[in-house]
Formats: sequence, structure tokens, C-alpha cells
Amino acid sequence: MNSNVIWTSFSTILRREVRRFTRIWPQTLVPPVITMSLYFVIFGSLIGSRIGEMGGYSYMEFVVPGLIMMAVITNSYSNVVSSFYSAKFQRSVEELLVSPTPNWIIMAGYVLGSVARGLIVGFVVTLIALSFTSLTVQHIGLTVAIVFLTAVLFSLAGFINAIFANSFDDISIIPTFVLTPLTYLGGVFYSIDLLSPLFQGLSKLNPILYMVNAFRYGVLGVSDINVVWAFVGVLVFIALLSGWGLHLMSHGKRLRH
Amino acid sequence: MTAALSIQDLEKTYDNGFQALKGISFDVQPGDFFALLGPNGAGKSTTIGIICSLVRKSAGRVSIFGIDIDKNFPGAKQLLGVVPQEFNFSQFEKVYDIVCTQGGFYGMPRKLAEERTTKYLKQLGLWDKRNVQARMLSGGMKRRLMIARALIHEPQLLILDEPTAGVDIELRRSMWTFLEKINRQGTTIILTTHYLEEAESLCRNIAIIDKGDIVENTSIKSLLKTLSREVFILDTAETLETCPDLGDFQGRLLDEHSLEVTVEKGQSLTELFTGLGGQGITVTSMRNRANRLEELFVSLLADKSEAEEGEQ
Repeated sequence: MNSNVIWTSFSTILRREVRRFTRIWPQTLVPPVITMSLYFVIFGSLIGSRIGEMGGYSYMEFVVPGLIMMAVITNSYSNVVSSFYSAKFQRSVEELLVSPTPNWIIMAGYVLGSVARGLIVGFVVTLIALSFTSLTVQHIGLTVAIVFLTAVLFSLAGFINAIFANSFDDISIIPTFVLTPLTYLGGVFYSIDLLSPLFQGLSKLNPILYMVNAFRYGVLGVSDINVVWAFVGVLVFIALLSGWGLHLMSHGKRLRH
Repeated sequence: MTAALSIQDLEKTYDNGFQALKGISFDVQPGDFFALLGPNGAGKSTTIGIICSLVRKSAGRVSIFGIDIDKNFPGAKQLLGVVPQEFNFSQFEKVYDIVCTQGGFYGMPRKLAEERTTKYLKQLGLWDKRNVQARMLSGGMKRRLMIARALIHEPQLLILDEPTAGVDIELRRSMWTFLEKINRQGTTIILTTHYLEEAESLCRNIAIIDKGDIVENTSIKSLLKTLSREVFILDTAETLETCPDLGDFQGRLLDEHSLEVTVEKGQSLTELFTGLGGQGITVTSMRNRANRLEELFVSLLADKSEAEEGEQ
């Protein structure tokens, strides 16, 4: 296939994905914004004012990058897992499978569509955060890079979850039992300096900690971990998940008989 | 001439050990209107699934207009359009978007995809429904939507798996007219159907598949010539109390105005009418008791079952 055809296929999938989540915006864009606004009000303003400083910043300033990242992670994941599984469930995925579109383009289209939702929600949450506190981004390039790569990583994870899923229950198990605990324990609400050495060590096994801290470093200039490791980790996971996703697609796992 | 579709020794065994295809072979020539018939579970949908990449073959070769799917599946897919048996589009998307988006999947520039979408939605009577979500369409409209979607890249080979299932007679006939038109324009069509009347009136060649084997592969004309007997129902003007003398023909009285007569190969209908006329009986109308292809279809499958029982 020539590059024009490939680009057309990719942009068609991407456009359809964006059209899907914007068509159902009350389900996809509004709820995360409301949830995050409540976090800002409760943890940032009401409780945060009694907590005092964390990492040299007010609690509101500290928690905002974490909450933005949490919104990006959960929305990137949930968009693709829901969209691709629905396509499997309704069999509309066959529209793509019978077409000449290469597997990597199908995966890239779904993943980038999901990244788009994660970034849009992250952007809106950032705008809301600005009504609670002022944000001065310390390292703009690093901030944009880590948020984008994190969205890609969790979109890939959601895509693989959707491939394996056999029911709608299967697409909520990972977000409920894996993603949410890792996110809440991933330094969104606190610095791991507050933990005992044992739990600090355990926390460092949590990949989300690195992403949240790298983003916080980009915004505030402080981090619990070495930011380089965050980038290395994210890139390695992206490479692994991309390879796994393509392997599953090429073997038609739960897509072809 | 390169076959539009060539299938050689195609086998499929599913993970549970069920052998759906046992090495079938057949060719479909360019421009043909070809029927692939068989009872439920015979292997028709598996064959179509392999051709369009939704099912992985266990062995054998498939080529579309000379392009081997093992060597260049994307190239082969550009020439192929498939209308599946089950509805397989997003129920929440608009009709226009479903068709136009499919053009994008085939790498068509947006403008061309829009032009073709307009063309096929109009031809298939769906233009008024273009902004309606697919779930709001009737069953017949959904089938036509899938045909429009399959035609968006104007494939040279179109495969329709039970396209008229559950469609009312009027709509079925309008779909036949449409399919005949695109066949005349050069599109090779392969049709699976349970309506044997449909296959008889539309298709020129036929393959009958049963339990993963090809039972018959010939032209419909040749197949119908093998019919050794036909059973007719004759309606009479006169009231009959007993079955009249039918000479060499076998028959019986169905009711006081109709006779069932079996005509063996070589017997003449003129002889039958002359005999009846001689007894003062006027035949006002006649019809086959069952579709001729249906009779052959049933007898071929019965022959196969008997042969298998004999082997056991």
C-alpha cells in the first residue's frame, strides 16, 4: 500500500474515533471534568488548606499535576477499551478487518483516537485547575512529552484489554482492580517521602508513580524520582505493548477465527 | 482467462476439531453470477470468511483475479466486496458516515468517497435515511446499507451471504434488479441464499456444498437438465370426482379441481393435455409442485447422505 492510502486509512479511523467520543460527550467528556472539579474542591481547597505544604508547594499546587495526569490516564484507557470492544461486540470491527488496512494502522488509529480524548480531557481539567490555583509550567517540552507518551501507553494497554475482552465485564476489571489502585497509590495525592522506606520501595515498583512525578516535575520542577527513568520506562512499555498488540492483531486473537 | 475467484483444496479445521471444509475446489469466472448453495452448517460462511480474511484457512489456496491471498492479501482485498449474513456495522453511526468511512478504509480520498456514498445511497433508496442512525433502519434497509458499503470501492468481485434473508418480496425483487444491473456492468457476483428460486433466476453457475465437500459444481442449466422428473399441479375447469385416465403418466386427484401429475424425462406434456382434452377436461393453469432447483438440491444432498451411510 502506498503512503497516501495508508494515511487515508489512518486519518479515517482517527476521525471516526474522535467523532465517536465527541458525539457522546455527556458520557465521555463531562464526567471526568466533574469528577476532577470535585477533587479540586475537596482535596485541594477544603482538606488541602489544612494539610499545608507538600514538596515545597501548597497542597493544591501539588495535587493539580497528579489529578491532570489521573484524568489523562483513565480517559486514554477507557476510551479505546470501550470503543474497540464495542466494535468487536457489534462486529463493526469487521469493516476494518476485511479492508486492506494494515494491522498497525488499525492499532495506531484507535490508539491515537484515544490519546486525543485523554489530552482533551487533560486540557479541560487544566483549565478548571486554573480557577483554583495558578500554574507556571517549568519545563514545557518535558510536560507535553510525558503527558503525550503516558496517554499513548495507556491507550495501548486499553487496546490490548479490548482484544482479550469477551464481555463488557472484562473491560471494567483492569480499570477497577489494577488501574485505579495503581493511580491512587501512584503519588497523585502525596509525596512518597511521607511513606516508610518499605512502602517507598514498593511505590517505586508502580509505573504510574514515574509518570505522575515526571509530569509534576515538568509543571512544578519537583519530583520523587529521577525523571529520566520515567521516560525510559514509558518508552520501554510503549515498545512492549505495541509489539504485543501487533502480535495479537496478526494472529487474529479473538478477532478472526 | 484468470478466474475472478479460484479456490484450490481449501480446508478449515476449527480449534475444537470440527472440520468445516474438507479440501474444496472451484473457480468463478469473471462476470459470472455464481450461486454457492448448501444447508446450514455446510461450510458456505466459512468459505466466505476465508476469502475475506475473517477466518484463517488450515490449508489450500485462494486467489482473487490471480492475486494469491497468501502473497498479497491487501491487493486482493481491493478487488473484493463482501456483504455478510449478520449486520456488522455500528448501530449508532449515521448511514452516510458508515458508507463514507468504509471508503476511507480502502484508501479512497474523502471527495471520491463522498461522491460514491451519494451515488450508492441513492441507487439503493437510502438517500432519505442518510442522516439516520443505522439502528433506526428496517431489516431490509440494513441489508441495502451493507450492499452500499460493500460497493463503495467498486470491487470487481462482490460476495453476498444471504443478502435477502428476512426481506419482503417486493424489496427482494428490487435487490435482484439492482444486483443484475451491477452484474451486467461487469461485477462478478457470488451469492449464497436459502431461496433457491433466487439462485435459479439470478445465477448462471452453481456450486453446492454440504458437510465441507462440494457436491455439485456446474451451470444451472446443466443441473436442471439432470432433473429426471418434475411434478406438476394442474388446475381444471371441470369438477372431478375421480382421477381421470392419465395414460402413461402417474398422478392423483388432489381435490375436485386439481390434479398432481408426475412427468418423467422423455414424456411429453402435449400427450398429457391431449389425453385430458379427449376426456373433456380443460386445464386452466399449471405450476411446478416445488421449485425445480429445490428438488435437485434436496435429491443431491439425500444422495450424499445415502452414499455416506453406505460407506459406513
